[in-house]
Amino acid sequence: MLAAFPHAMPLEGLIGGLMIGVAAAVMLLGLGRIAGVSGLAARATGIADSGAPRSIAIAFVIGLPLGAFIISLITGGIETRFPLTIIPLIIGGLLVGYGTRLGSGCTSGHGVCGMSRLSPRSLIATSIFMASGFVTVALMRAGGFL
Amino acid sequence: MRQISVALFAGALFGAGLAFSGMADPARVQGFLDLFGHWDPTLAFVMGGAMIPMAVAWIIQRRLDKPFADAHFSLPGTTLIDGKLTIGAVLFGAGWGISGLCPGPGFADLAINPLPALAFVGALLAGMIVHRVTS
Repeated sequence: MLAAFPHAMPLEGLIGGLMIGVAAAVMLLGLGRIAGVSGLAARATGIADSGAPRSIAIAFVIGLPLGAFIISLITGGIETRFPLTIIPLIIGGLLVGYGTRLGSGCTSGHGVCGMSRLSPRSLIATSIFMASGFVTVALMRAGGFL
Repeated sequence: MRQISVALFAGALFGAGLAFSGMADPARVQGFLDLFGHWDPTLAFVMGGAMIPMAVAWIIQRRLDKPFADAHFSLPGTTLIDGKLTIGAVLFGAGWGISGLCPGPGFADLAINPLPALAFVGALLAGMIVHRVTS
């Protein structure tokens, strides 16, 4: 669909993005809360002491794989190309877990919810984690890891 | 019970959106971050798409006294831009690039590709616990 980027899925991306945005809007207008996955996951597991009621956090986090499973059933399976070894998953997971708690949010809380609110804090956080991601992958490519 | 149903619905719609948009695929997310490889702009369309309903939702939110299913809004009010925010974002971005995963897709993929997703989610929760015990 995009001639210069044959692997891109712009239409699926836009529709899926709208679904994510409506989901975050349901959290905001229904429950008065930010749909921030890192914060809700920390709350659901009891790692965070403050935040959403635990029942709400657990319900949201359980919903994530449930919704993905439904789409996988409807579409006949979705592609999930994971790193080939466990090492990037472990190192990446540790950094994502620690970093999102220290920085108070991830792609959903700062990215989707905070940027659409024009929160300066979220605009800065999102710019930094995007830049950090670009640099990290560039370094991985330079080092022959990709 | 009503609040739990709303949260479950929102989580499921969020997970469905991640799966439909290709964002549950770590290689596709890493492809967006791979400016010097076969760059895949899909993530930008997802972000753009998600901004539209949320921009409208924030306009509606300012006109409401309380949300539809709760007694009051519980929204972050902090405007502090400090070392925690910036260093946290740097570390998160590095982990996102290394794995191709952020928290949402990590949990969503538990239903699609459970073993590697569990390795990521386990490490994610361990990282959160490390933060908790060291701060």
